[in-house]
Amino acid sequence: MTTPTERPEPIPGTHLFDGEAAAKGFEINAMCYSFNDAANRQAFLDDEDGYCAKFKLTPPQRDAVAKRDVLGMIAAGGNIYYLAKLAGIFGLNVQDVGSMQTGLTVPEFKAMLLAQADQIKQLEKANG
Amino acid sequence: MAEIVGAYFTSHVPAIGNAIHKGLQQDPYWKPFFDGYPPVQQWLAKTKPDVAVVFYNDHGLNFFLDKMPTFAVGAAPQYDNADEGWGLPLFKSFEGHPALSWHIINNLVEDEFDITTCQKMLVDHALSIPFELVYPDADAWPMKLVPIAINTVQHPLPSAKRCLALGRAVNKALRNWAGDERIVVMGTGGLSHQLDGERAGFINAAYDTFCMDNLSVDPDALTRDSVHEMVRKSGTQGIEVLNWIAARGALGEGPATELHRNYHIPISNTAAATMVMEPGVLVPA
Ligand SMILES: [Fe+2]
Repeated sequence: MTTPTERPEPIPGTHLFDGEAAAKGFEINAMCYSFNDAANRQAFLDDEDGYCAKFKLTPPQRDAVAKRDVLGMIAAGGNIYYLAKLAGIFGLNVQDVGSMQTGLTVPEFKAMLLAQADQIKQLEKANG
Repeated sequence: MAEIVGAYFTSHVPAIGNAIHKGLQQDPYWKPFFDGYPPVQQWLAKTKPDVAVVFYNDHGLNFFLDKMPTFAVGAAPQYDNADEGWGLPLFKSFEGHPALSWHIINNLVEDEFDITTCQKMLVDHALSIPFELVYPDADAWPMKLVPIAINTVQHPLPSAKRCLALGRAVNKALRNWAGDERIVVMGTGGLSHQLDGERAGFINAAYDTFCMDNLSVDPDALTRDSVHEMVRKSGTQGIEVLNWIAARGALGEGPATELHRNYHIPISNTAAATMVMEPGVLVPA
């Protein structure tokens, strides 16, 4: 008998893209990978249902894509680097995607990023 | 004999490509970031490398999840960029150095690194943006390329210790290469950032500073955490610091001297950083 390796303490708000996620998410990630081709991006826009069916998205994947639910896509095995290609079709960037996952508005999410410049000031203060 | 002139490390945030394309270098948001690059440009103009060995990670352009190598070494005569899906301008191609690539491959396998070899390889923004930043006016890149891709996408990822060892094995290969090239090693990506999950937007200046402070003088200090703990401290994409660690290894086992550093929060969702190092301890004049 082998015992599974002990899982390290989870990281809050973080979903590691491991083998389990990669296996579960193969279809949605394959579809997103196809969006490297402009003709495929157009084909998705022309017939979203047909395009998702062609890649055999699982029901949770299809549902999350239909709802534009990023956390749902990640829960269904989507990897952010591939999902970013889907977001690009809708003209969304990583701040938009950040806002969709954190419940902040896009201006709030951007302000949160800008505010983190304070970390540098705090460090400088601490180090004299 | 080949000479390793030094190492250049930089973030490779895709938005930088668009900012360059739109000429936003003097825009107040971008200026503190772009101001970090003239010293790197001057250093490259002085050291004149003719080959770059670049440690980076692919973001779903060349590699898909059907085949995901932990370490992949390019051995192509040419490396092209291609459409990454979200509207970046197309970047210039690189000329390869297949003879040096195969020399590195032979030496790495001899040293028991069971790498993947790629005679065809598309290179994404993680390779192009570092060059765009330091050769803004070039019609063609002034050096040949040996790309080394590290899997920072699909866990399990290689440990920091293994990445440092890989880099050190590349250094050994470069030192016994018979050519007289001037070689710059590069590590791209990071520093702390997280694009996915409820913790999206996470940045950790304290950890980044720890990494930058130790990279030149004690790179082994960066290898004591597991990948999992590194993700906790640097974010799911901040783990791209593995590319920096490997590149530091390729600079050689001895001490290195930090010549330049710039660190700025934020660029897009990222704590953006750039550094230049030379091997050895420089004695002040
Ligand atoms: Fe990246």
